[in-house]
Amino acid sequence: MIMSENKNWTPKIVAFCCNWCSYAGADLAGNNRLEYPGNVKIIRIPCSCRLNPLFILRAFQRGADGVILCGCHPGDCHYSTGNYFARRRMTLLFSMLDFLGIEKGRTRVEWCSAAEGVRFAGIMNDFVKQITELGECKKLEDVRCKTN
Amino acid sequence: MERIGVFVCHCGTNIAGTVDVEKVAEELGKVDGVVYSTHYTYMCSSAGQQMIEDHIKNDKLTGVVLCSCSPRMHEKTFRSCAERAGLNPFKVEVANIREQTSWVMKDMEQATEKAIALGKAAIAKTILDTPLIAGETPMTKRALVIGGGIAGITAALDIADAGFPVDIVEKDYTVGGKMAKLDKTFPTLDCASCIVTPKMTEVSQNPNIRILSASEVCRVSGYIGNFEIDIKRHPRYVDETKCTGCGACIEKCPNKKVPNSFNLGLNNRKAIDIPFAQAVPKVANIDATYCLHMKGLANGKDNVCGFCEKACAAGAIKFDQKEEIITEKYGAIIVATGYNPISLEKFDEYAYNQSPDVVSSLEFERLCNASGPTNGHLLRPSDGKEPKTIVFVQCVGSRCSADSTKGHEYCSKICCMYTAKHAILTRDHYPDTNCYVFYIDVRTPGKLFDEFYRRAVEQYGVHYIKGQVGKVTPQSDGTLDVQGSDLILNKQVHIKADMVVLAASIEADKSARPLATMLTTSMDNNDFFLEAHAKLRPVESPTAGIFLAGCCQGPKDIPETVAQSSGAAAKAICLLVKDKLKNDPCTANPDENACNGCGQCANVCPYGAISYIDKDFRGPNRTTITRHVSQVNSAMCHGCGACTVACPSGAMDLKGFSNKQILAEVDSVL
Repeated sequence: MIMSENKNWTPKIVAFCCNWCSYAGADLAGNNRLEYPGNVKIIRIPCSCRLNPLFILRAFQRGADGVILCGCHPGDCHYSTGNYFARRRMTLLFSMLDFLGIEKGRTRVEWCSAAEGVRFAGIMNDFVKQITELGECKKLEDVRCKTN
Repeated sequence: MERIGVFVCHCGTNIAGTVDVEKVAEELGKVDGVVYSTHYTYMCSSAGQQMIEDHIKNDKLTGVVLCSCSPRMHEKTFRSCAERAGLNPFKVEVANIREQTSWVMKDMEQATEKAIALGKAAIAKTILDTPLIAGETPMTKRALVIGGGIAGITAALDIADAGFPVDIVEKDYTVGGKMAKLDKTFPTLDCASCIVTPKMTEVSQNPNIRILSASEVCRVSGYIGNFEIDIKRHPRYVDETKCTGCGACIEKCPNKKVPNSFNLGLNNRKAIDIPFAQAVPKVANIDATYCLHMKGLANGKDNVCGFCEKACAAGAIKFDQKEEIITEKYGAIIVATGYNPISLEKFDEYAYNQSPDVVSSLEFERLCNASGPTNGHLLRPSDGKEPKTIVFVQCVGSRCSADSTKGHEYCSKICCMYTAKHAILTRDHYPDTNCYVFYIDVRTPGKLFDEFYRRAVEQYGVHYIKGQVGKVTPQSDGTLDVQGSDLILNKQVHIKADMVVLAASIEADKSARPLATMLTTSMDNNDFFLEAHAKLRPVESPTAGIFLAGCCQGPKDIPETVAQSSGAAAKAICLLVKDKLKNDPCTANPDENACNGCGQCANVCPYGAISYIDKDFRGPNRTTITRHVSQVNSAMCHGCGACTVACPSGAMDLKGFSNKQILAEVDSVL
């Protein structure tokens, strides 16, 4: 872990949300005006199983400090089995990332239904707090990717 | 070269109040590929949409980015807007700067920064969007209604009326559901049977409707327009096609000690019985656990009893009937699985397990009902005497605190009204019986509801006590001591009651959760089915082709249930009238040149949409190489993307959510 030299540093977080449960849960958090920090940037994917490990690696390469995947609760996947694939893939990926020096705390999988706006905001607040404590992540950052 | 137009919506002050929309439009206007960028008060308004159409035409836009509310809200609106202007609808992307930006933060600078980042991601995605054309699949013009209560009956009748065949799957032996068990209905006090049983008969006589009673859905596959459903038909040991419902078998059956589930176990039935006089289908059923012949068969004796078989002139008794699974195809499904009152076993304080005179409201309903165990005379279950004092307890299991392990947080909605009804009916028939109602709040929103409640208080002299009951204790003289608090007088009260009626909370039926899993629809935290949009799409589930009716979606009274059922039926009819359905073109798309035919993608596909073909490719020196490559049936693919990640050679991609697009989004937000 490299501590931030920049005092104005705030974590950069990418949240991949499945279209049916978590993205809708995120919308519900908004409908209920539940606050969570703006540094969580949500990317919509059809299902948690669409998340290619490459996308997570790319995020860290581009300077993300934490990546979170949200899907439907096990058993509730819109596509029946997608989140089970995601769960297994992420278990493998996260242990590999940990081996590479991306601590386990920087990656997370959470299940959040379309009815759980409160839970969504809670997860995001907690995750941002956790990443803030872990500090900047430069392990996989590719400086050549910096555009400015 | 792409020519992207960016349209930033203010949504009144919903977005503009927190996000500097001018700055967002300005910053996004500088992004490569963007040729036009603007902001407007309401993009979804007709003026806003006209503006988008005009700019698509005048600026020759090849893609459109909306920075507005959630794509789940208006993506469709803006896509059809683009289509009208001649742009492929899949060249439109929406950046969610309302639900996921302006509504979740207060700091303008941060919100603006986030809106710009999301806008850039949407631009990057749009640039990589390929125009997609939706394919078509045929429509199965038949509907399935799951649950045969008043919700299912109404929906089935409406669909059948429009000329489409409907199957009702009911797990009980008769349709009618909870409403058939009720005595009177609020606030008009008309008889429930008198209004529901003609509907039940109508269902049985409608040539478009088939009733599958004693049946359950056990497997679901397919998708909107083409669902394939396995229905498990439980044995009733009586041939439905032969039984005339004459009842001769019931007279002869010697086993009288079978708990009567239709009367909630308040009395007994025979081992062979018809649930109630107006049951539909009016067919007898044998309870195998109590039937002497069937018990004999289990012990290897085939000569025990069998009186029913001898009595049946139609030869309908079938002791060897087996469980059967039938498979049917449907175009639309209506879920109407209804509710159950919460189990009162957990509520020790009300002595439900200790005294037969503590009953649930539904049991009280049977005790008042002319077809019930007491033939409509209100008698105490313990000694058969008329009760002189009845205490009604409201909110049993409803409106509990969030950390309650016994009950639910929500209000069951109908209890205040049916309790007022019970009290009015009691006071009307037995004017010297005192009625007390313990309540937290009396909730009577609805047409003629408050007038009805006031009649209970003012005209019928029902004693309403604001407060909760702490304990019910059975006394040695057969009465019940009800201890509660009166919050208005601010004191503890004791009432010596002959009967206590508990307004048990409404719970989703236990079959709902496994059914939702099979249907791949969402549920809320209380196991009620989730609607596609809380306000604008209240009768649709988020899964296309599945509609919701009645209490499976949340507690509601009969008129609301009927209204929702007709709404759900109308939605299903809108679907069934179509000959063809447009598919979602966002499906998996293999690159044949990169595919090595390993089969990983087919292994993970939940829909069996991937197959393999041998295809000829041009090899070196004018040779032909035959290779085994994957092929996706786009009509069967749902676009989950599981295969795209499983593919080791990166040959599989998903239209509309391609690898390049998601990577470009990642790059843009960081």
